[in-house]
Amino acid sequence: MSGDLRLTNVTKSFGPFTAVDDLTLTVPQGAFFALLGASGCGKTTTLRMVAGLEEPSAGQVTLGGTDITRLRPYQRPVNTVFQSYALFPHLSITENVAFGLRRKGVKNVAPQVEQMLSLVQLDDFGGRRPHQLSGGQQQRVALARALINHPQVLLLDEPLGALDLKLRRQMQIELKRIQTEVGITFVHVTHDQEEAMTMADTVAVMNDGRIEQLGAPAEIYEFPATPFVANFLGQSNLLAGTGGLARSGDDLSITAHGSRFTVPAARSRATGDKIYLGVRPEKLHLVTSEADVPSGFQHLTGTVTDSSYVGVSTQYLVRTAWDTELSVFAPNSGLGGSLPPGAEVTVAWNPAHAFLLDRLDGAGDATHALVEERA
Amino acid sequence: MSVAAIGAGTGSKQNEPPQKTGRAWLPYLLLLPAGLWLLLFFALPLVQLGATSLYDPTGSLSTGYAMTWSFGNYPEALDAYKWHFLRSLGYAAVATAICLLLGYPLAYAIAHRAGRWKNVLLVGVIAPFFTSFLIRTLAWKTILSDNGPLVEALRTLHLLGADGRLLATPTAVIMGLVYNFLPFMVLPLYASLERLDQRLLEAAGDLYAGPVSTFWKVTLPLSMPGVVAGTLLTFIPATGDYINAELLGTPREYMIGNVIDSAFLVRLDYPQAAALSFLLMAVVLLVVFVYVRRSGTEEIL
Amino acid sequence: MRRHWVLVTGLLVLLYLFLPIFVVAALSFNEPSSRLSYDFHRFTLDNWANPCGPGDMCDAVGRSIEIALLATLIATVLGTLMAFALARHRFRGRDATNLLIFMPMATPEVVMGSSLLALFVAGGVSLGFWTVVVAHVMFCVSFVVVTVKARLAGLDPRLEEAAMDLYAGEWQTFYRITLPLVAPGIVAAALLSFSLSFDDFIITNFNSGTTVTFPMYVWGAAQRGIPPQVNVIGTAMFLIAVLIVVAGEIINRRRAA
Ligand SMILES: Nc1ncnc2c1ncn2[C@@H]1O[C@H](COP(=O)(O)OP(=O)(O)O)[C@@H](O)[C@H]1O
Ligand SMILES: [Mg+2]
Repeated sequence: MSGDLRLTNVTKSFGPFTAVDDLTLTVPQGAFFALLGASGCGKTTTLRMVAGLEEPSAGQVTLGGTDITRLRPYQRPVNTVFQSYALFPHLSITENVAFGLRRKGVKNVAPQVEQMLSLVQLDDFGGRRPHQLSGGQQQRVALARALINHPQVLLLDEPLGALDLKLRRQMQIELKRIQTEVGITFVHVTHDQEEAMTMADTVAVMNDGRIEQLGAPAEIYEFPATPFVANFLGQSNLLAGTGGLARSGDDLSITAHGSRFTVPAARSRATGDKIYLGVRPEKLHLVTSEADVPSGFQHLTGTVTDSSYVGVSTQYLVRTAWDTELSVFAPNSGLGGSLPPGAEVTVAWNPAHAFLLDRLDGAGDATHALVEERA
Repeated sequence: MSVAAIGAGTGSKQNEPPQKTGRAWLPYLLLLPAGLWLLLFFALPLVQLGATSLYDPTGSLSTGYAMTWSFGNYPEALDAYKWHFLRSLGYAAVATAICLLLGYPLAYAIAHRAGRWKNVLLVGVIAPFFTSFLIRTLAWKTILSDNGPLVEALRTLHLLGADGRLLATPTAVIMGLVYNFLPFMVLPLYASLERLDQRLLEAAGDLYAGPVSTFWKVTLPLSMPGVVAGTLLTFIPATGDYINAELLGTPREYMIGNVIDSAFLVRLDYPQAAALSFLLMAVVLLVVFVYVRRSGTEEIL
Repeated sequence: MRRHWVLVTGLLVLLYLFLPIFVVAALSFNEPSSRLSYDFHRFTLDNWANPCGPGDMCDAVGRSIEIALLATLIATVLGTLMAFALARHRFRGRDATNLLIFMPMATPEVVMGSSLLALFVAGGVSLGFWTVVVAHVMFCVSFVVVTVKARLAGLDPRLEEAAMDLYAGEWQTFYRITLPLVAPGIVAAALLSFSLSFDDFIITNFNSGTTVTFPMYVWGAAQRGIPPQVNVIGTAMFLIAVLIVVAGEIINRRRAA
């Protein structure tokens, strides 16, 4: 309870369109929480409802047990780092940073502003105007301007979206350092899964105004809850099958494309018969004959149709007998040579790395990333 | 400045402001004073003008006018002054065309050739208009005068007959109109040419378009909003103008504005003056709406 | 050369725009041979030394300034309020309001002037100073609305949201963020109103009664012969306006630096 941010059955509609749909979510105090989803899925709208810039159509927002749903933005102990920074162009950096303190009636703002500018490493920039700073510097001013108020929750809307890759990586580390230092709850919105995973303790994957899955990054990655998550966060090979309820001992025995496979019951989220058997591409191993399949592993056979060398690994496409192309990432560890297109191969995996998901009736294999957004 | 703003507003449909919750009366409160002012002193007068145009034409200012719904005032006025109407439209059309021909290169040069002198040139377009337009028009009277150096030079070059003149001719009136309304053409043109991405022209060149076809296929179509706004902002005031005809022309060049002015202020024939004024407004609005429809830029309204 | 012909043509057109200004400036130093002569006769500084020579001219200038200031003040306030309504609110009647703003800009001045005269006459209002102010406010308001609205449309609504997020209430947000950011638009609108009002002849001519503004004075003098001091005023107006623009530009540069 303490200082947790809680959204309960929050819905936001714009006319007939529902941007956020019955969303329930708890962000523990002091967490670095990432809201991850494709563009247009309702992330910004969710943040704006927490900030008070948008009023929910239904539901409740509480902070530390207090209902803040109908409070005006300036009445909430919440600050925002806007997507495009929204620095006041007519005010100096110092005045931008001091803005919140002055509105709260703090008399002597200079020491705090100085301290904050040094926290974001902009000590000598106080006299400048926003447009005289680079994108990365503006971003840090926006951060300082919000943090100086010691909000209970800091909302960051794609704060690194406008920065180039190198600067983004650098700022990710920086943000994480600052969050650890100040101990404020961060709610960080991003569409970059890598950013969400490296920075956050908890990630919520959003799709179409709903939360698809919420948990620690490794947890979500290793055992995704829905086909969307399996292919939004990284990539998965999802094979259509049946037998989601066919339990034998600790395992489930399923059939896909005429072959039988087993998956530990603990790795299943199936609630019906129709299932997807999912395996991540890096969990698939390529061997040249069935005799080489490690014991306890399961396998199927296919033909290499494409290979691309990407440095740390080689990414293969393997066509199965039923014409589905599986993705396989083989580490370039120096063990084993590369396989030419046309080679007959056996694809093997440890059943403990596979997972089962519910499948809609009629849905076929899904083996490609839904969204290609790796900057 | 505002003319540029008009031009700027013509490019894309104005994005609708967000719906603000609560205080639904606030916008009405904000627009009440100006709205009332415009209703009282712009719209209501037009109604009164319409009424006046239907007064009994035999009345007078001293004896008072009776409302007799005399629609006959219109055909009568039109019959008496149709040539003034046609002359006004003709002069304004020619002046607008010349403004476009002169204004386009100037606007283009400011937008894409001026470099860091852009602002200076832009001010240069407006600066002459800081001086009263009557004074400027009178200066033209000096420039075009019969014993001025310009006429002398033209006579020497035999571009003008030995006793040929510039002043008191249709040429002088049209030139005056061009001069007075040129900035209204240049500023909207500039606003839309400025937004024209130079890379589009390079792309056209890359795709085998010569400078001429690049102009016809890329530059001109993309600057159409500016062309439409500019021609309207030039044509409308030029049609109603009578200062240039009065100062640079003779009664043979008089436009409909001269007639309205003297009907109201000299002859005091209010019904006829109002009928002419109302007709002018109708003609201008008709031309504007047809033109805007034709050019497919309705959002300008 | 092809690169340059556009620039050369443009500069020639600009020269054409400036030609009368040179003539006005030159004539301001002229000692005319007769009252009705507009040709340069003899150089003199008398006109500048004694700009108010023709007594009623300076009265007219003063009256024009008075009217322009009043009309600018009223039009700027009313127009700015309306611009806020149009740019910031959705309400029934938006389209009608936009039409009401557009129409005065699409109506010839003679029509506006004469219709207002018809109204004043029908209503028994005596023409004079105040009818001129009323008329000037009417045609300035539209330009103010359009100018300020354009500025408001270019204002990122996130800036105001950011202010509210940083504990500024509605009123504080307005005068600390919105107003300073829209101010250049309001100033531009006011300057434009002033020059439109100061220079207006046609509408004034219909509604001034016996009140003489500066353009009315020039018009009347044009029939009788223009005193050379008129050119002094014309040149001075030009110089003052250029000075204001230059000063504004310098302030802008300073701020940016
Ligand atoms: N003010 C609004 N009016 C109408 N639709 C909106 C508005 N704000 C957002 N939307 C819609 O809601 C959806 C979610 O938007 P948003 O929360 O900005 O997405 P995200 O930040 O995840 O990219 C989008 O489809 C967007 O078009
Ligand atoms: Mg967003």
